[in-house]
Amino acid sequence: MAVLACQLEPTTVPDVLGVGAFVSYGFSSPLRLCLLLLAAWSVLGVVGLVRPLSIAFVGRTLFPLGAVIGATLAVVAAAGMSCPVEQLVLPIGLPNLPVHLRLDGLSGVFLILLGAASAGISIFAAGYFRQGEGTAPGLLCLQYHLFLSSMGFVLLADDAYAFMLAWETMALSSYFLVTTQHRIPEIRQAGFLYLLMAHLGAIAILLSFGVLQGGTWQFTFDAMRAAHLAPNWATTAFCLALLGFGAKAGLVPLHVWLPEAHPAAPSPVSALMSGVMLKTALYGMIRVSFDLMGQPLWWWGLVPLSLGLFSALYGVVFAAAQTDMKRLLAYSSIENIGILFTGLGLAIVFAGVEMHAAAALTLIAVMYHAMNHAFMKSLLFLGTGAVLHATGERNLGHLGGLIHRMPWVAWLTLIGVLAIAGLPPLNGFVSEWLLLQSFLFAYKVPHPFINMLLPLGAALLALAAALAGYVMVKFFGVIFLGQPRESALRRAHDAGFAERLGLAWLAAGCVLLGLLPTHFISLLNVVTLQLKIGGLPASDAPWWLLVPIPERQSSYAPLLFFAVILVVVVLAIFSVRLLYHQRIRKGAAWDCGFGGLNSRMQDTAEGFGQPIRHLFQPLFAIVRELPGPFDRQPKYRLEISDRFWRALYQPLGALVRHVADKVAWLQQGRIATYLLYSFVTLVVLLALML
Amino acid sequence: MNAFDWVVQLLGIALAVAAAPIFVGWVNQCRAWLQNKSAPSILQPYRGIRKLFHKDAVIAENASRLFRLAPYVVFGAMVTAAAVIPSIATRLPFTQAADAIALVGLLATARVFLSLAAMDVGTAFGTLGARREMMIGFLAEPALLVVIFVVSLTCATTALPMIAERLSAQSFALNPSLAFTAVAFTMVLLAENARIPVDNPATHLELTMIHEALLLEYSARHLALMEWAAALKLFNYACIGLAVFIPWGIATGHAPGSLAVSVMLLGVKLLVVGAGLALIETLSAKLRVFRAPEFLATAFLFAVLGLLVRLLLGA
Repeated sequence: MAVLACQLEPTTVPDVLGVGAFVSYGFSSPLRLCLLLLAAWSVLGVVGLVRPLSIAFVGRTLFPLGAVIGATLAVVAAAGMSCPVEQLVLPIGLPNLPVHLRLDGLSGVFLILLGAASAGISIFAAGYFRQGEGTAPGLLCLQYHLFLSSMGFVLLADDAYAFMLAWETMALSSYFLVTTQHRIPEIRQAGFLYLLMAHLGAIAILLSFGVLQGGTWQFTFDAMRAAHLAPNWATTAFCLALLGFGAKAGLVPLHVWLPEAHPAAPSPVSALMSGVMLKTALYGMIRVSFDLMGQPLWWWGLVPLSLGLFSALYGVVFAAAQTDMKRLLAYSSIENIGILFTGLGLAIVFAGVEMHAAAALTLIAVMYHAMNHAFMKSLLFLGTGAVLHATGERNLGHLGGLIHRMPWVAWLTLIGVLAIAGLPPLNGFVSEWLLLQSFLFAYKVPHPFINMLLPLGAALLALAAALAGYVMVKFFGVIFLGQPRESALRRAHDAGFAERLGLAWLAAGCVLLGLLPTHFISLLNVVTLQLKIGGLPASDAPWWLLVPIPERQSSYAPLLFFAVILVVVVLAIFSVRLLYHQRIRKGAAWDCGFGGLNSRMQDTAEGFGQPIRHLFQPLFAIVRELPGPFDRQPKYRLEISDRFWRALYQPLGALVRHVADKVAWLQQGRIATYLLYSFVTLVVLLALML
Repeated sequence: MNAFDWVVQLLGIALAVAAAPIFVGWVNQCRAWLQNKSAPSILQPYRGIRKLFHKDAVIAENASRLFRLAPYVVFGAMVTAAAVIPSIATRLPFTQAADAIALVGLLATARVFLSLAAMDVGTAFGTLGARREMMIGFLAEPALLVVIFVVSLTCATTALPMIAERLSAQSFALNPSLAFTAVAFTMVLLAENARIPVDNPATHLELTMIHEALLLEYSARHLALMEWAAALKLFNYACIGLAVFIPWGIATGHAPGSLAVSVMLLGVKLLVVGAGLALIETLSAKLRVFRAPEFLATAFLFAVLGLLVRLLLGA
């Protein structure tokens, strides 16, 4: 990484129509290089319109190029992390409102996330999009790459205008991506709900920035950093930011759009939204609470902490009850967002009471988990995409046994499944471990009662993590294991080369982040130092040993750990082979000798989720129709829905409609009335002026 | 860290692998005595394993590679877990690689592989067993973690050998938080090892099975490894309990003498624990499967209570 020095000499490239000057300008620093790469993404999108109907051109050429840009972006951002903070003012946009950009450690980490995860997703997408499915491929390519590039600009923006511009571009481009299959009414509806929530969130963020500028009317982030807010106003700004970013992230109760929009989108888009876009909301929250606010008040942290814990449990319990594989993953995303916000809240508490090392550890755990989730959730969403293409089924009740027909997809997905279930030695466990370690500091918070209640958060977090294991066994077991539940599944085919490559890239990310945590943690440590939260205490541990807080002597060495398991497994296999015969006979499944086994005797997705539904009944709104004993055509129907929908959103919607009806009374439809309104307004204004 | 430590480490692993079936044999023996039956030999589990290794393996036609790999993974996970637990000594070099939280994660890995393998053939009993095993697991795992949080708050570390060392340095006193967590831990041990109030290791009724239902499709060497892994799991749980609640006598230095004493003491402690386990199993009746979550929720609440007591009283 050190190859890319912080200030590279401008390279001499022969100038073709000024492109050379642009490129050499771009190469002169990491920030400019990032900018160049983001611009290249947008250009790639526009090029897609040249031959919008050609899958060969768009899929085989442009998407792989996008993946290369993504991987380069990750490398550049990683190299930029070791450089000092860099700022840039671009003279574009409205007069006197230039665009401010800034590359620091925090942006760097999230740019690595964006670049590295999108590289895998783009490669997969190269093989995924087919002819005749909704939007034309060229247009899709434009929306997709605009989406990527706008997410990059969100991370680089250093003033409120640029941020909101990029944020809205991100929301709009993803809206069009969600409604790719716009001929299906449910998908249009899901897209509308998403757009609505995105805009409600954007309003809250805009208002938050309005408060943060603190009367200076300067909307650059530098001005916000310098502004000193009264505690009340700071609290208001924090709450607005939590509302806005929480809506984007899918924090309960603002999560309703997520399980609708994620399944509606094509799988690579779901992967991008769940893996990357949700993290931009986390980025915004970290940026506002630790950077723009300066010193957060400790008790603010309790709000995201409790909402996060609730989201984590709520999400995972609902995930267990789902029968649609993409909805299941969407609810699992809500769980992970809950874990991230729990950690963020804890970090704010620690930072507020000046427990620097603990705050740094917690924030590192949060960013680590964000990176992990980007890889594992994208991997799982892409896995469902491959299954969807091979079988045309999204309903878990019609799948099964695919490990035989689609071994590549199955085994690569298994890595993601084990990772997201938080099992060592994969990456999900590392962040879980770090977060639990930081929860063990919570009893030192110098506030009575709070310091007793906080460690209980660790118990709830452990419960959510264990439930995630349940959900993931259901997910993998029902899709890939057992017998095929439909005869059509026997004709399913494995994913193509590009799709396998994309899955393998993300799976490799899960494994590497799991086995080599210390390198990435030292990168994250730069961020916490730059944010003036403090850093991890120096330790003389070797590179393979993770010792976050040396005085506690808690350590974890995934590489050694994995090596020992591997050695034991290999030894067991070989000693069994050497000492005993290897005879194997294949026969029908024994099944306790009952015979007549068929695929309908396996657990369905509903059946597998039944214990959770039973245990957490109060959380669900369940409608159940049971057949009577004399029914000629017995029918069993079970419908599970979100309580929030009925308890919060429908009354809210009714209220809005009611108010709108009342306001509509003003619209008499007669020109004389409207003239009267203008006249009255003028009179009132004049009266006020005088 | 020196060569002697590595020898002790390997010795500990070998001891666990060798002694685990004998420990199961001892529990079975005690239970038979308590129930006025004539007891099988203490070596009976070994004989069973040996017999299974010599048989021809029969595998269902539609089993995948995962099904054949799982016994090795589960066995490997349990052996690695044995390497992390300070059963005879606390100066174990490998314990740096994994603390108590990683140990819980390792046990969860074994559980997930076991359940996935049970779903692989696609029989009604297999999926039923997988579902129940995961149901027990998702409640037992957090309870176990909270037990670990309580002791790690007391000892300011999550490394198991340090916990054992620091607790054994204290003189024996009835510590309320540890008492609560000991109850919780015992309940988790019973549930996770398919012992009686939750599951019956000797059952022949498919509909009440949990652990046995997972293994129904396995035969011969795969079954032998699974049985051995289950014995190791029980042994490991017993050793975790001993390291946390009765740590006195575990060798903390390098002296071979103290190591010999520690091995002897471990034997005595395990004899008592095994007898206690048999007593609990004899005195209690099996719960209906629907009641198992209540049992485990109680364990979880006991552990949380222990945590609260620890934070309130500081003891």
